[in-house]
Amino acid sequence: MSTLLDILSSIGMWEAVLRIATPLIFGTLGVLLCERVGVLNLGIEGIMTFGAMVGWLTVYSGGDLWTGMLAAAAAGALFGLLHALMTVPLGLSQHVTGLGITLFASSLSYYIFRLAVPTASSPPTVEPFRPIEIPGLSDIPFVGQVLFSQTPPTYLALALVVLLAWGLYRTPLGLALRMTGENPHAADAQGIDPILLRIGAIMGGSALMAMGGAFLTLAAFNSFFPTMVQGRGWICVALVVFASWKPARALLGALLFAFFDAFQLRLQTVVDGVPYQLFLMLPYLLSILALILMARRARVPQALMQPYRRGER
Amino acid sequence: MRFERRDHPSRGLTLAAPLVAILAALLGAGVLIAIAGANPLEAYRLILKGALGSRLGFSEMLTRATPLILTGLAAAVAFRARLWNIGGEGQFYMGALAVAAFGMIPAIAALPAPLAILFCLIAGAVAGMVLLLLPLGLRLKFGVDEVVTTLLLNFVAVLFVSLMIEGPMKDPLAFGWPQSVPVPDSALLPKLLERTRLHAGLVIAVVMAVTVWWIQSRTVFGMRARAAGLNPRAASFAGVPLGRTLIMVACLSGGMAGLAGAIEVMGVKGYVSTDLSPNYGYSGIIIAMLANLSALGVIAAALFSAVMFVGADSMSRALGIPSYIADVTVALSLLTMLVAIFLTQYRIRK
Repeated sequence: MSTLLDILSSIGMWEAVLRIATPLIFGTLGVLLCERVGVLNLGIEGIMTFGAMVGWLTVYSGGDLWTGMLAAAAAGALFGLLHALMTVPLGLSQHVTGLGITLFASSLSYYIFRLAVPTASSPPTVEPFRPIEIPGLSDIPFVGQVLFSQTPPTYLALALVVLLAWGLYRTPLGLALRMTGENPHAADAQGIDPILLRIGAIMGGSALMAMGGAFLTLAAFNSFFPTMVQGRGWICVALVVFASWKPARALLGALLFAFFDAFQLRLQTVVDGVPYQLFLMLPYLLSILALILMARRARVPQALMQPYRRGER
Repeated sequence: MRFERRDHPSRGLTLAAPLVAILAALLGAGVLIAIAGANPLEAYRLILKGALGSRLGFSEMLTRATPLILTGLAAAVAFRARLWNIGGEGQFYMGALAVAAFGMIPAIAALPAPLAILFCLIAGAVAGMVLLLLPLGLRLKFGVDEVVTTLLLNFVAVLFVSLMIEGPMKDPLAFGWPQSVPVPDSALLPKLLERTRLHAGLVIAVVMAVTVWWIQSRTVFGMRARAAGLNPRAASFAGVPLGRTLIMVACLSGGMAGLAGAIEVMGVKGYVSTDLSPNYGYSGIIIAMLANLSALGVIAAALFSAVMFVGADSMSRALGIPSYIADVTVALSLLTMLVAIFLTQYRIRK
């Protein structure tokens, strides 16, 4: 019991929660943006992998860390454009297109990675983002030490939650985006172009997903290796349902999830006799549990997965 | 520019679609090969030579195609009924693990070969079914979308396999490698060709493809599954029992993926490890789409993928192009196939 308290009262544990949550925050915001305009983006897993690779490769070949993040975002937006062109004007199956993008983007990442590093037993490393102490704030005991000793992308992710929440609910563009996801016909009647908005939102959302991937190689770890995303993308898709498509709740979901993940990592080291695989299963099982709890309660965007063609009902 | 639905997609166009899609994917991958500094045509020649040019290459290609036919069927059967089973990878591993577990029972190991093989195959198929029936149950009972749950269960399944082969099913003679106790000889599938890895699993896979084709086109269940996929509300109105039909579809789909895992263990590896599948489950989705969800088409699509995968290995050794190019090409062909199918159904008007 006292070890549990030790874990829960350690600063390291709570710092880790924010660190583990960061890629999930980027990812859930990305999924949320896509789904709010009515398009499921199962490309996330592959887009995160590609973002991780591009971010790493940019820094590895001499770019600075923010250039790496930006390059990842641009690459993510490109895959988003591909997904958008196939699912929006053509109205192809969002499930299959998304899975196709995931398979294509991840195999392309591995291909490019192998071209860049043909033979290396251990993946080459880069100098990752360092935690930035915010003068004054970081000195506040516990809360300050946890909240204000993170790497810059974590601050960016937190700021993006606020920005997206404000943008969606307090701006005309946000209203247009939400309307497109609820009823594109009504939006069209208001002079809003649902096709254009959907394409734009998917590109933006995919850029966020890729930045979540880049966080993995540029802050959480310092190198790229295949299968490093480990289902984080799918977990984000589940978290958005859990969050009922609201940015603030998405943040909460990501934090809650990261809390369990950080907790099980520490528990593994103190609990004997329980196979470590059971701990590793927890994140996936928790995501499924979250889906079960929220499945009937969540307010799904009404036009989710419905292609829009002008003049067709 | 706008799109206008064709009244009747012509048969010629529908048959040409996968060929055009594959050609487009090869073109795209060719650019990547050229960027890497090799001649794409030379690369493709080496891929074909590697997979078809020798007895060994050809038998390896067929060995590789065997699980792909079954995972392709798993996806095709499910997608036709709009059951989004993306969990083929997990079901494959559960099927494989079930065989190894069954083989540990002395009474099974002591059975004559045909019976031991039959029992193990059934065990594998049932294990795959169970892993798909769980998420289907969640969908029917709680309305949980099965796409994400089947995807997440893939990771759970592999971790479960890892747990078992490092725990109760660990092979004490494997020098500490995490792998399961080997399957007894009586449960191993006979070889089809001497001095190759090609085994009777290929026959099983092809028989399954024909059986699934028959079920889909000649039985009431097949028609109901199709109707449930095309328009669930109309199907329900016409008296199709949706829940029961989906459960049967899930049994067929999960069963095929589980069978793939079982056959891979019984025909090729002889034991279970966590690197048993180079994404067979996910490749099955691509194969099903390339086949336009037709059971017989799955055989052809699986052969194409197997040629790419096996050929790329030997091409990679000769030209130094990463063998991931095969994965890229096959994944790209899924995207081009989607567009090609669209073009068979719509015409473009100015």
